[in-house]
Amino acid sequence: MAKEGKSRFMPSRRAFVIGGLVAAGGLAVGIGWAVTPFSTLPRARQVAGREDESMLLTWLRIGQDDSVTVIVPHIDWGQGSQTALAMMLAEELDADWARVRVEEAPADSAFANSAQIRMFAHEIIFKDWHFADTAIYGLSTKVAQGIHMQLTAGSSAIRATGVHSMRPAGATARWLLRQAAAKTWGVPLDEIETRDSVLSHPASGRTARYGDMADAAARIKPPDPEDLPLKPKSAYRIVGKTQQRLDIPDKVDGSPIYPHDLRLPGMLYGAVRQCPVIDGKLVECDPAPAMAMSGVSKVVKSADSIIVVADNTWRARKAIAALEPQWNTDELDVARTSSARVREVMAAAVEGDDDYDTDHEAGDVDATLRAATNKLEAVYHVPYLSHAQMAPFATVAQFKDGHLTLWVTSQNPLDARYASAEYAQLPVEKVTLHNMKMGGGFGRVSKHDFILPAIDAAKANPGVPVQVSWTREEDMTHGRYRQASVAKLEGAVDESGRIVAFRHTYTDRHDMAEASAVPYGVENLHVRNINGLNPLRWGFWRSVDNSMHGFFIESFVDELAHAAGQDPLSFRLAQCNKRGRAVLERVAEISNWHEAPPAGRARGIMLKEAFGSIVAQVAEVSVNDSGRVRVHAVYTTIDPGLVINPGNLTAQIEGAVNFGLSATLYGAITFENGVVNEQNYTDYDMVRMADAPHQVVSFVESGESVGGGGEPGTPGVAPAVCNAIFALTGVRIRELPLRDFNLRTGERRGSA
Amino acid sequence: MIAITINGKQHSLDTEEDMPLLWVLRDVLNLTGSRYGCGVGACGACTVLIDGRATRSCVMPVGAVGEGRVETIESLKQGEVLHKVQEAWIAEQAPQCGYCQSGQIMAAVALLRENPQPSDEDIDATMTNICRCGSYQQIRAAIHRAAGE
Repeated sequence: MAKEGKSRFMPSRRAFVIGGLVAAGGLAVGIGWAVTPFSTLPRARQVAGREDESMLLTWLRIGQDDSVTVIVPHIDWGQGSQTALAMMLAEELDADWARVRVEEAPADSAFANSAQIRMFAHEIIFKDWHFADTAIYGLSTKVAQGIHMQLTAGSSAIRATGVHSMRPAGATARWLLRQAAAKTWGVPLDEIETRDSVLSHPASGRTARYGDMADAAARIKPPDPEDLPLKPKSAYRIVGKTQQRLDIPDKVDGSPIYPHDLRLPGMLYGAVRQCPVIDGKLVECDPAPAMAMSGVSKVVKSADSIIVVADNTWRARKAIAALEPQWNTDELDVARTSSARVREVMAAAVEGDDDYDTDHEAGDVDATLRAATNKLEAVYHVPYLSHAQMAPFATVAQFKDGHLTLWVTSQNPLDARYASAEYAQLPVEKVTLHNMKMGGGFGRVSKHDFILPAIDAAKANPGVPVQVSWTREEDMTHGRYRQASVAKLEGAVDESGRIVAFRHTYTDRHDMAEASAVPYGVENLHVRNINGLNPLRWGFWRSVDNSMHGFFIESFVDELAHAAGQDPLSFRLAQCNKRGRAVLERVAEISNWHEAPPAGRARGIMLKEAFGSIVAQVAEVSVNDSGRVRVHAVYTTIDPGLVINPGNLTAQIEGAVNFGLSATLYGAITFENGVVNEQNYTDYDMVRMADAPHQVVSFVESGESVGGGGEPGTPGVAPAVCNAIFALTGVRIRELPLRDFNLRTGERRGSA
Repeated sequence: MIAITINGKQHSLDTEEDMPLLWVLRDVLNLTGSRYGCGVGACGACTVLIDGRATRSCVMPVGAVGEGRVETIESLKQGEVLHKVQEAWIAEQAPQCGYCQSGQIMAAVALLRENPQPSDEDIDATMTNICRCGSYQQIRAAIHRAAGE
């Protein structure tokens, strides 16, 4: 957020904090006080410049033909970030939206995303920072480069990059263009106006297109961004209106190139196989059965993978299935346990009173609970979850004359490049990485384990490009899963229906810090966790820890509402804050909460903050005679502070709801002796058209700080649906997925 | 040698009969618009039309296609002119990551040829493809739009 005047700078505290950040990253990075916001520009021009275009800033080129190219350090896999970020820059620039294009930033240090560091530090460490302080720009650039920050995750593109890079960049570029015009025409700067990529000097009637002034603008020394005002929301002409996404037209004719689609001269195809126990090591494998099969040219072995290289995918996969590799899992804890056993251990861990870390604490929960007369406790469980992104992994790699070229998908291409260089034992200058279209990320593609076998295959076939692709089975059984967790919730209400005590004890905390917050002003509160009980490889899953806390907390809040004899909406309204009330009231409106639902249906409601946005959701369900649920409708009201592209945010909420509903209805990853059982969509089902609910999405723009859009739709689906089931049948569900239960009787169904 | 007709063009292929049509399209003919999602016919990302019927090409051995006329996503656009389903898809902003969309569009083309004014129940029954990004509401709207409803 822009602030008046200077920031309240406290050098010693800030330096300590930055030092801590840097030290935590394990880096030897000098404190770059002298680095300006524009020091990356010379290199950026080298790497991403174009002949008939002027690169005014690292993030912006303007062409002689008036094209405006916004360079965005984020991948867009359909979540609309690139379009929204371009909108924010174009708005401040006063560009003609019809001329705007987006380009993904190359995986080069000049394009490390310092905005992410500034937002992280601003929100978490030192809230009074001025976003545009020059020294902070320098430091955040150094840190971003040091940790290879070019991550698309955490619903942060708009609230970090948009707020802290795109907007100031647009304002800066507009200043540069106006300054160029003022100099050219010999008139004062403040007499130059802009609109739709045209500069004008009303007093004399002179005008110029941005393309005409871009070259001159690129030669001017940019001002300190903190001196530049940003547009008030009332002046917006691009932001806040639905703009069509720039990436869509290509996606309707089969033409987008995912790594799977690359066809290079002489390219070979690789199939990969890893130990059924994740992270198991390869001991030996006789390659003969594969080599004997048609089209196969090589069997490549690495520490943990086998790759069979052939002249097409089908033959490679047939051949790899004929092998009988020997694996070693001696060092692996996960090989000696099962998901059922892990659940037992977690369930025991939430009883008892020692060794917890505290997330949030206030008052005296113990004493209040002991004294309370209307109290309850319940134990909840959620299983492991897979990302099951639509595209199983594929990477193309070519190792030629000491240079490695990679065509990948990655949620952090800069980090992928450095990680690949390290694995290949090459200096990073000898690695070129192209980030291709991605068939779904959801957090899984922020790690790079699936790129490594392609590097092995390329090294074993010098000069030849090799495409290594994964079967769905290999992908699903070698995931990075959302953790399973057990939670014990305890609470008490007084006669007026106020929650007077709330204790939430859960296993396996990862991220985000606010995920386990309880938004009802509870005076006697303790949220605590115990870690280290999850032996299965973990990864960021859409909405991360919010995905389980939504279910734990908002289901239990509903139980408390019932214990208090109150309507679940009124119960929440009486105790949440102003932003919570606004979204709850609006979602009640759009869902007709105050009118009876159709016969045989009931509704459930929830409230959750995630990634800086406040979300309320209502689900409307029915349950048939066999005890199976049908979710007819989901209503969502989100307050993200500011809405950039309404149509796109709606699509993200709807998609996130379907993502959360798949998990709620069907999702469970189980394992035995370290081997994941679920291998394909046949064992791990998804919501399809017929069970996708009707959805209505509405917005409240509180004007508070900008929140995220990609993930906040997911956490509330499970509690909204389960709260609705309780309202309908009286059955309180405390574990997922729902397909495991008869929702009329509450009984667990026989093994599937 | 296997004789097969793809998008109106005849091919004579020297491949094994049990190679699924999907891999013939992708790796032999370099028609990469039809995609691999599961390999077991469960997700529909590989959907093509054979004699107008939506078919999951990952479980269709190329040897079993015979004289069936195969149409893939690549056949819909005529030069630069989009098929009305493709136009509807853009107008409703249906694709997110795009990976499932070739299959979704082909399934929708088959539906609309058979049933030019599908009801929501018709759409539920025939559009069984998975979209992990969850853009079902936009896909449904696009089908209604293409049907002129």
